[in-house]
Amino acid sequence: MDLTLTPEQEMIRQTAREFADKELLPTAAHYDESQEFPLDLWRKMGAMGFMGLVIPEEWGGAGADTLTYVLALEEIARGNPALSTVMSVNNSLTCYGLWKFGTETQKEKYLVSLANGKKLGGYALSEPDSGSDAVKMKMTAERRGDNYYLNGSKMFITNGQSGHIYLVFAISDKSAGSSGISCFIVEKGMPGFKVGKKLDKLGMRASDTTELIFEDCEVPAENVLGQEGEGFKLAMQLLDGGRIGIAAQALGIAQAAYEFAFKYANERQQFGKPIYDFQAIQFMVADMATRIEASRLLVHQAASLRDEGLPCGKEASMAKLFASETAMWVATKAVQIFGGYGYIKEYPVERYFRDAKVTEIYEGTSEIQRMVIAKHLLRGLKK
Amino acid sequence: MDFRLSEEHELFRRTVHEFADKEIAPNAIQADENSEFPWENIKQIAALGLMGVPYPEELGGSGGDTLMYAIAVEEINRACGTTGITLAAHTSLGTAPLYLFGTPEQKEKYMIPLAQGKMLGAFGLSETGAGSDAAGTRTTAVLEGNEWVINGAKNWITSGSIAGTVIFTAMTDKSLGARGVTNFLVEKGTPGFSCGKNEKKMGLRGSVTSQLFFDNCRLPKENILGQPNEGFKQFMQILDGGRISIGAMALGLAQGAYDIALRYSTERQQFGQPISNFQAIQFMLADMATQIEAARLLVYKSAWLKDQHQPFGKIAAMAKLFASEISEKVCRDAIQVLGGYGYVIENHVERMYRDTRLTTIGEGTSEIQRIVIARHLLKELGSR
Repeated sequence: MDLTLTPEQEMIRQTAREFADKELLPTAAHYDESQEFPLDLWRKMGAMGFMGLVIPEEWGGAGADTLTYVLALEEIARGNPALSTVMSVNNSLTCYGLWKFGTETQKEKYLVSLANGKKLGGYALSEPDSGSDAVKMKMTAERRGDNYYLNGSKMFITNGQSGHIYLVFAISDKSAGSSGISCFIVEKGMPGFKVGKKLDKLGMRASDTTELIFEDCEVPAENVLGQEGEGFKLAMQLLDGGRIGIAAQALGIAQAAYEFAFKYANERQQFGKPIYDFQAIQFMVADMATRIEASRLLVHQAASLRDEGLPCGKEASMAKLFASETAMWVATKAVQIFGGYGYIKEYPVERYFRDAKVTEIYEGTSEIQRMVIAKHLLRGLKK
Repeated sequence: MDFRLSEEHELFRRTVHEFADKEIAPNAIQADENSEFPWENIKQIAALGLMGVPYPEELGGSGGDTLMYAIAVEEINRACGTTGITLAAHTSLGTAPLYLFGTPEQKEKYMIPLAQGKMLGAFGLSETGAGSDAAGTRTTAVLEGNEWVINGAKNWITSGSIAGTVIFTAMTDKSLGARGVTNFLVEKGTPGFSCGKNEKKMGLRGSVTSQLFFDNCRLPKENILGQPNEGFKQFMQILDGGRISIGAMALGLAQGAYDIALRYSTERQQFGQPISNFQAIQFMLADMATQIEAARLLVYKSAWLKDQHQPFGKIAAMAKLFASEISEKVCRDAIQVLGGYGYVIENHVERMYRDTRLTTIGEGTSEIQRIVIARHLLKELGSR
């Protein structure tokens, strides 16, 4: 057992932390209010290699390990949670999917510019009528000659507006159930591909989340990712990495909310002393710090196992479940500690409270995580 | 970064796990029901060299590290809380003070037989008026010539009446409050030292919990630990280490209860299927397993930090706090999964629930842990 970070890991964490402190924290409120995509900041993150952290250097990435990725993601989330969503989707879903399943041609054409941050990726699985029950998607892909024609719509797609390249899932064979789903690489500009409305959200407001509309969208046959019919299998293999990413994001949100609340508690005076002197507040802060520490260990464990090439599905789900619920709990307590000031936009904690909520929902709701964990536990029992 | 146990630690765990299942678990109900001290268990544990896991071989121990010790405590408690707390108190409270602060003579005379398991050790801190508040210590120690004269009484002392040695706190300088306390060692049988009743407890019923009485008890001058008025600093350090063991204890009890609940849920059929098919049960089990996993990581990290000679006080307090509190919930839920069967003693989980209830209290209440953690956080923040 060894819980030390390497100098490289420490360095990247420090770089991300400084960037978050200097560039993300001061502007986060503005981007949340305006719902504007922070283009400049995204470009800077790309230049720093944060958009393709775990992708090998030969494919435009930074060639870092999963642990480095979660360290950086936590810091970015601390500074601006919406940007960590952008970073996580691009890294864990679009880039990783292309890297793991793409042909050399596909990787050259799409992966390099996504990993080096020149382009932005998305991941279109969910639809208005299928979230947790992904297999019940309605979008179809019909092969006609050298192309597939995609028809349907996707919902809740991160980077819907600001993105360029998407992994889109559609049914290519209605009779084959989950083995009839294929994954397609779809570029903005392909005929029949429209961005639907941008959703007005509770939190993560600087990250654009949209509907995507496909009306006989023409996608060349060579843009199938993996094999036809392998789409669902592919999606399942991206889950672990995605869950670890969201867990790291939730951790950063919790850490930020806690730091703000802790500092405030030592400044705010009532009844002649800092409110931190009252046990109710002290104990709340102690509990926040304890749960965050536990979250961090779960996230780092999942990342370490993945780096060792070991099965980490159970640990990734546990980390995502625990870290997201911790983030919501910590952010709620942080608002409480700020009292009235926690309720107004001039102070940052209400934003972390709003941002935290989605981490309990996307990339597998807490309910789905519990189902996944339970499956692992029951399977483990049979051995 | 690597969270996996080394092969050595994994082998150690398997060994203790199998031993506990085979030799300790079968006696657990009886020890609890009859409030019977598990002498046979302790003898066997001593024979395996597990009464001094984290202590060097030359001092009677088995030369393991804190992580190994935490694993031993976890696995023994998984089988039997009564035996587990006896082991933890003996090692972390009864023996550690000698290891940390004893003179070579004291180590030779007392520590070696303790670590070898030839006798039990105990630690007397609490009194009627002094639990969380050490400044309330009323036991006094007055130096008269070559002897310390002790007067007072202690409460809640694990293995107090059966221990070969008890290390205890006494006030040597009242004007210094909590910092005027000193640690001493008394041997069983010393004139003026006696024991009161063995408390009848909610759980851990086979473990001995004694009152101790000092009535003009005279101890040789050498029976002091370190220097006068160093007691507070000493027992703060002792408790830091003790927290890791109680965290491990709570973890073991939670694991034991969860294991039973998981298996039961696949065997028990209702509405034509195993109850593990129902989301309510599945989700309960998923939460139990996740909480246990988080608790384990905290406990192991605190042990690892101690072994690395890095500051571990904050993480140890977090581990003790978190593990004890989730343990209570996990054991409670295990009873729920077993339904009516969870309420009867044959199925163990009710005993684990009663056993684990102490872990949020002993060796620093959850409230004290929060104060300790809050203080560490403030220190990290810098002065206000």
